[in-house]
Amino acid sequence: MSSADHAHPVVSIRLYVTVFVALLVFTGITVWVADHDYGMLNTPIALGIAVTKASLVVLFFMGVRHNTPLTKVVVVAGFFWLFILFGIGMSDYLTRDLVGMGR
Amino acid sequence: MATHSAGEHEHHPKLQHHFYSMGQQLEASILGMWVFLVTEIMFFGGLFMAYIVYRWKFPLAWEESSNQLNVYLGGINTAVLICSSLTMVLAVRAAQVGSRIGQIVNLILTIIFGSAFLVIKYFEYASKFEHHLVPGAHFSYVQHHVVNGVATEMTLPYGSQLFFSLYFIMTGIHAAHMVVGIGLMLVILAMSWKGKFGPKYYGPIEVSGLYWHFVDIVWIFLFPLLYLLGFHFGK
Repeated sequence: MSSADHAHPVVSIRLYVTVFVALLVFTGITVWVADHDYGMLNTPIALGIAVTKASLVVLFFMGVRHNTPLTKVVVVAGFFWLFILFGIGMSDYLTRDLVGMGR
Repeated sequence: MATHSAGEHEHHPKLQHHFYSMGQQLEASILGMWVFLVTEIMFFGGLFMAYIVYRWKFPLAWEESSNQLNVYLGGINTAVLICSSLTMVLAVRAAQVGSRIGQIVNLILTIIFGSAFLVIKYFEYASKFEHHLVPGAHFSYVQHHVVNGVATEMTLPYGSQLFFSLYFIMTGIHAAHMVVGIGLMLVILAMSWKGKFGPKYYGPIEVSGLYWHFVDIVWIFLFPLLYLLGFHFGK
């Protein structure tokens, strides 16, 4: 089966509905979790759920799992560069106290 | 990689001359859309970076200001967008299996869900204007709320205007993307109406769907970061 002849095979409606229900359930979980105090962990939990939801959308609704390796590399590179932005950006702010610069 | 029988690729009227096969043409469109979406990731990424820096600088203002937002309307809007993503993907599927009615019904539903999102957003914005939570000369740090039937007064911490600036810029740009998306869907709907898409040719509807899902993903991050971050402090 050549990937170029039919980039996206027809996916069953059942699978799409399953992903849809999962997204709604995760939305419910993120609201429920936000209502409880987990101290420092509230934001990491919320982001973990958001990343899971985004991955479901990218893989199933946007169908990246059926795309060519080239497209996959572009998708991963996009998010990777975003983390470079956050990583280098915050490596400045989060270390200011260490060198006595304050906020 | 691509095995194509000679002659097959010469016949489809929608096959551009510089492509080898319909599949290659579709994959090229998808790749092109993703390259655009990567620039969108960086575009919204700059705003998320500003959000991180100022939340780090004004953690209290972020928590208290976040509690001024309506979690229920934000949650409903999240669900509305997820519904629109389902109908979008079903519209693409309808094109793949050659159902014109399926495309039309699902595209109209997508447009309706997208519009419902914007209507709810309108009511949220209107309430922020009423409560003087729009940054600028009329911003009020003193907020009045009714908690368990008792009128209470609270003062927002320093830095709250920054939270609301980012709230309006991030959700505003997201809403602008929704408006563009709805416009895109109207164009695609017209093409589907004319029966332009089928199992061999559905690139435009697929690629527009990628854009629609991307806007959904941005909201998936905006909802917890803006609405939910101080939810448990509101008790």
